[in-house]
Amino acid sequence: MAGRDDPARDLARDLDGDIADDLADDLLALLLRIGDDHLILGHRLSEWCGHAPMLEEDLALPNMALDLIGTARMCYGYAAEIEGGGRSEDDYAFLRDGTDFRHMLMVERPNGDFAHTMLRQFLFAAWMHPLWDGLTGASDARLADHAGKAVKEMAYHVRHSGEWVIRLGDGTAESARRMRAALDDLGPYIGEMFESDETSARLVVAGLLPDPATVRAAFDSTVARTFTMAQLPPLEIGAGISGGRAGRHGEVLGHLLAEMQFLQRAYPGQTW
Amino acid sequence: MSDDTRTLVPQDLMPLWEVFIRPRTGLAHSHVGSVHASDEVMAVQAARDVYTRRGEGVSIWVVPSASITASDPDQRDENFDPSASKIYRHPSFYDIPDDVGHM
Repeated sequence: MAGRDDPARDLARDLDGDIADDLADDLLALLLRIGDDHLILGHRLSEWCGHAPMLEEDLALPNMALDLIGTARMCYGYAAEIEGGGRSEDDYAFLRDGTDFRHMLMVERPNGDFAHTMLRQFLFAAWMHPLWDGLTGASDARLADHAGKAVKEMAYHVRHSGEWVIRLGDGTAESARRMRAALDDLGPYIGEMFESDETSARLVVAGLLPDPATVRAAFDSTVARTFTMAQLPPLEIGAGISGGRAGRHGEVLGHLLAEMQFLQRAYPGQTW
Repeated sequence: MSDDTRTLVPQDLMPLWEVFIRPRTGLAHSHVGSVHASDEVMAVQAARDVYTRRGEGVSIWVVPSASITASDPDQRDENFDPSASKIYRHPSFYDIPDDVGHM
């Protein structure tokens, strides 16, 4: 990755040259991928508010949701500036249709039970933590600055959800059954995290994404340590379901958006 | 979504913990409330999520509520009333020389 003093830093925001224009498109794509991952997962977590199995988790889950939505806001605000079309962060969240979203499919999956939600959160955070850690040295100042905040949030998400994965996986017969069922359900969606394409390859070269091998190694290490304590089988990532980065989403996203976007769709420009 | 889960959290699996927060370095931990958690690690996490959402602290202690020995409310009068008539125990009858400054 390019260091903080690298002359390439902020290249993406120098929108005058042709090369910078290309990079700006890639940065825009990256911001929507990361922003959509965080917004959709944040919305899913927010659905637990008032429904968690205990009061403590009824606060913990929305806490994590707000961390994620905060990152989505940064991404959309920055994307709006790069795009320069006068859109606001709310426009990205509330006025785009399903096919315009670029999140991976795992984050839109329904919450299921508490074990399912915690395992999904653990897998997501175990991936995002090393990714943000790498981005603290990103060639773009704004991304690097936000990474410094997000990496701490993700460290807590890994810890909070990881401790639950361990206690449910290695808990009662019923909790262990549910955690294994969650792993079966989510398994096919894990591979999409590590997919690469031409955009992500250019972003790595430009210092706007960390080396995927480094991120994968950190993810594997975190997951292996936690799964061993949780009495879960070693994680094997095989061929799975993907398409989210290309805007191909499940029917469940339509239901999610119907609830999340209702207010702005029904009352355009409404504020509170 | 979670109605079935709620019945699976019996109190013996989720005992009560008392939570103490240190608001700033140099100050003492103060009791702020309690949480339910399966063990001490989860109790610290729950305390973090419930009691430090607005920047209330820099350190958390948790103690099993069952480990706390409390004074007997029935002994309140004999415990605490006798001190009420001994105002000379308050250090408010001494003249502090100006040179001493703030104490």
